[in-house]
Amino acid sequence: MKRMQCPLNGLRNISEFVYGGQVTTMPNPATCTDKQWAHYVFYEDNDIGVMREWWLHAPSGYWFIAERHNASDEIVRTYDASECFSSRVDFSASETAS
Amino acid sequence: MPFALLKFGLNDDYPYEREPDIPAPRDLKSHYDVVIIGGGGHGVATAYYLAKYHGVTNVAILEKAYLGGGNTARNTAVIRSNYLTPEGVKFYSASVKRYEQLSNEFDFNIMYSQRGQLTLAHTDATVRAFRQRAEVNKHFGGRTELIDRQAIAELVPTLNLDPADLPVLAGLWHRDGATARHDAVAWGYAKGATQRGVELHQLTEVTDILKEGNKVTGVVTNRGRIQCNSVVQAVAGHSALLARKAGFELPLVAYPLQAMVTQPVKPFLNPLVSSSALHCYVQQTSRGEIVIGGGSDPYPLYSSRSSLELKESLIAHAIEMFPFMSEMRLLRQWAGITDMTTDYSPIMGLSPVENYYIDAGWGTWGFKATPICGWTMAELVASGGRVPELIQPFALERFSHFRQVNEMGATAASH
Repeated sequence: MKRMQCPLNGLRNISEFVYGGQVTTMPNPATCTDKQWAHYVFYEDNDIGVMREWWLHAPSGYWFIAERHNASDEIVRTYDASECFSSRVDFSASETAS
Repeated sequence: MPFALLKFGLNDDYPYEREPDIPAPRDLKSHYDVVIIGGGGHGVATAYYLAKYHGVTNVAILEKAYLGGGNTARNTAVIRSNYLTPEGVKFYSASVKRYEQLSNEFDFNIMYSQRGQLTLAHTDATVRAFRQRAEVNKHFGGRTELIDRQAIAELVPTLNLDPADLPVLAGLWHRDGATARHDAVAWGYAKGATQRGVELHQLTEVTDILKEGNKVTGVVTNRGRIQCNSVVQAVAGHSALLARKAGFELPLVAYPLQAMVTQPVKPFLNPLVSSSALHCYVQQTSRGEIVIGGGSDPYPLYSSRSSLELKESLIAHAIEMFPFMSEMRLLRQWAGITDMTTDYSPIMGLSPVENYYIDAGWGTWGFKATPICGWTMAELVASGGRVPELIQPFALERFSHFRQVNEMGATAASH
């Protein structure tokens, strides 16, 4: 079976991992247009090459980032999400509805 | 050699068909009214209906490999219309109706065989979803009903009704469910189209799209440039990559879909049987082979490689349904690249580029839609961009306005 290097747990079988979509840049939900948000939700980079992707190691519930070639299926590098994300995004809804 | 046979062989009337079914390739012309990219079922069907019903014959189909060699040859040839949404059911029912007439339409046997399709429910939630699908189907003219265990046992006596911890509770019986020879569908359309003047160019790959402002004016191929008035793209798994060349994006993700067939055995299974909980569907072809298919691969990949894990899980589930199949041997296995949309409905109609029409997002449900896709895309092209009512819900803009057509209840594993 194909194996993947988990930054937390080491080399594990690919069946322990769950794919979570490409790493994309989130627009500011408070200021972006509906169309920009729709683009963020539905569109991914459609090219052949090395992609940055979210992966979950399901048994340990650990999300990380993998750089993988989407045609050869070669996993180039895996690393903790803290390499790309340093601040927390607050999603609390504004209290306008009453 | 008997004299009568020799005389027959030397007769002027023999062979009867002097014209080949599909004429040999010619040089590319410098201009066509319509260029269709992709020589699969959808592309040749569009050309066929354009030529036969709209009188548009100055058409070139450009295929990078060979006729019907992509997903047209890789699907598991299931034809059905028991979907979940009114938009989907209306669309696929119209397709089933065209399939029923297709051999007559072509005067060519596509081996259409309406055996019915049975989907199994293993949970109460699935039974509720089936009830809804049966009602939506009946409302739009399909023949679908909910049946109990006893009726299932009578329909498919060889089926194990109590697989592992998932006893079968009920079934969705779709009488319109059918299968056909998928290659013959592509050949029938290609023959009909080329006989009416359409040119089919195989081994002709489109490398770029030419535009003037926001209007398409031609394509660049490995055999030279072609000018044209309009372009239809119908390239399944590579839809998003081609759309990028035309200058726009499609909300698609490419997943491999794997399937396999066993060695041929005596006929024992008439209906097509599928189980969404077991992620597996099984049918016996008219040659006697058992076709086994299931869900897509767990992560995206632009490659039609096969993996042992998926074969393992598919076979395990097929054997749960039909335990005696464990004695059988696999004959072939393969994969295709499917262009999946997030709402499991296609993307059809206009694109952001003028005169450039799209037929994409066919994921794992493209073969059954072949006739109606050709029919509606031909109407769209011939009318110069007036979108037929049947495909309006599948417009690309729906992804900008959060108006998806959610076919989630009837997808990948359940066909």
